[in-house]
Amino acid sequence: MSLLRVENVSKHFGSLVAVNDVSMMVEPGELRAVIGPNGAGKTTFFNLITGFFRPSSGRIIFDGEDITALLPARRVWRGIARTFQVTEVFPELSVHENLRIPVEVASGFRLQPWLSRAADAKVRDRVAELLHMSGLAEKAGRLVGELAHGDQRATEIMMAIALNPRLLLLDEPTAGMGEQETFEIIQLIRRLHKDGKLTIVLIEHDMRVVFHLAERIMVLDQGKFLAEGSPREIAANEAVQTAYLGKAA
Amino acid sequence: MPILDKRVANILVWILLLTAPFWLVGVGGYVELGSRVLIYALAAMALNFLLGYTGVLSFGHAAYFGLGGYGTAMIIKFVYPSTPLAMLVGIAVGTAAAAIVGPLIARLRGVYFAMCTIAFGQVFYYISFQWSSVTGGDDGLSAWTRQPINLGFTSLDLQNNNKSFYYFVLAVFAVSVGLMAFLLRSPFGRTLLAIRENERRARFLGIPVDRHIWMSWVISCFFVSIAGCLYALLSDFIDPRAIRWDQSGTFVIMTVLGGMRSFWGPLIGSAIYLVLQDYISSHTENWMSFIGLFFVLIVLFFPRGVLGIIRRKATT
Repeated sequence: MSLLRVENVSKHFGSLVAVNDVSMMVEPGELRAVIGPNGAGKTTFFNLITGFFRPSSGRIIFDGEDITALLPARRVWRGIARTFQVTEVFPELSVHENLRIPVEVASGFRLQPWLSRAADAKVRDRVAELLHMSGLAEKAGRLVGELAHGDQRATEIMMAIALNPRLLLLDEPTAGMGEQETFEIIQLIRRLHKDGKLTIVLIEHDMRVVFHLAERIMVLDQGKFLAEGSPREIAANEAVQTAYLGKAA
Repeated sequence: MPILDKRVANILVWILLLTAPFWLVGVGGYVELGSRVLIYALAAMALNFLLGYTGVLSFGHAAYFGLGGYGTAMIIKFVYPSTPLAMLVGIAVGTAAAAIVGPLIARLRGVYFAMCTIAFGQVFYYISFQWSSVTGGDDGLSAWTRQPINLGFTSLDLQNNNKSFYYFVLAVFAVSVGLMAFLLRSPFGRTLLAIRENERRARFLGIPVDRHIWMSWVISCFFVSIAGCLYALLSDFIDPRAIRWDQSGTFVIMTVLGGMRSFWGPLIGSAIYLVLQDYISSHTENWMSFIGLFFVLIVLFFPRGVLGIIRRKATT
């Protein structure tokens, strides 16, 4: 059974149709990329899946359950985590605290006014594990707002991982990064996918990243589904080339 | 290297507060001023729980402050002369009102939240102003006195002994402030920091933001109503001005003046505000102009308040 099934969703903003009748099936363990030129509706599509917006029409089924009308927090509790195109972290808290908050939420401690010593130790262990996994351990005490862009991105991804998601949505994880940072993020995503057996859907502009990482690619153009297939199929697809290079080409 | 270690600062604060009745007179103050500083500090710290640690600005905290005060006054005057009972009722009334108002405003943000807190605050103000038969109207509730507290082995004379009332206020202050610090260090407290830092991120980490803001609001108003009870006891008097929006403004000014991201900031702000008020008002009726000017200068040059200056000095 598919982990995520998006059925014919559309999203209208007034007369603008940002997402137009798009469907997608994501199997457990898959690493899927969603690509498309600027304004293709990729981020809006993510926002529909994570509950930032409600679709104007269509349904979203996660693990057999219709989540179309659920609030964002409830989708997170069911196992959908995401990052944002523009880094969204807690800038004036330390890396440790940034990771600690999602770990506590995922452990069901969100409303607890205190933690037992055992629970506290468990939380700390999990944070240490995440820090180790991401290579941020040395910077654990630093404020996230003071870190380099790449480290902030990595922190944000680890915050999503801290939730123990079953589906991870990454919105342009390498946006605005240099060569080295991009390489490190790719390594991190690959590790999470291979070792963590995590299902990942990512939006990406950098084609090298997409063809390096993704097993399957879906292409959107002007809010509409354009093509889907393996990286090789997509690279050879004429409609995709036209969409990227312009109609004149 | 910070000049003031956090633990040293805490110990210093508590020593100063514990010995205040003995040195206040020496520096030209009086014991009642100390009690007043503590009461306002508790109110401002309660506000700071919401403003500094959840990132939500309320301009209507005086409503729950005043409700606590009215509850206390009415119980002693009309029902039963017991200070603890009066305080419990005052706190319950203030907190219950906040809990009811909360869901109506927890979805609002920024200016809209602040405006609605003012509006609800003014509703309570007009009730206290108009309903003369119960609240005494514009004249307020007087002709009642705080009652001694029977501790079994001894009785705490709050009425005739300024020092014992100060220490009573300090005890309530200590318990309240300790509880706030405890909550802020908990997983729940961290979800509030998360909301302050980045609401969108918090929401997409699975924190139901509106509900947590509502809870933070109720907790904050719970503590501000405790301060309101003490305020009524301080002068055996309460009137509608304790509820009015400018009283809320005073709490905000104190909090911002002292430093709204720091735990002790509002205490410093309350001390500066009340000492300035006490000193300047003995020379001119126009004392608020001077406090206003001082406030504007602080906000312009040190947006993180007086404690923010010290902290910046400490880190550079």
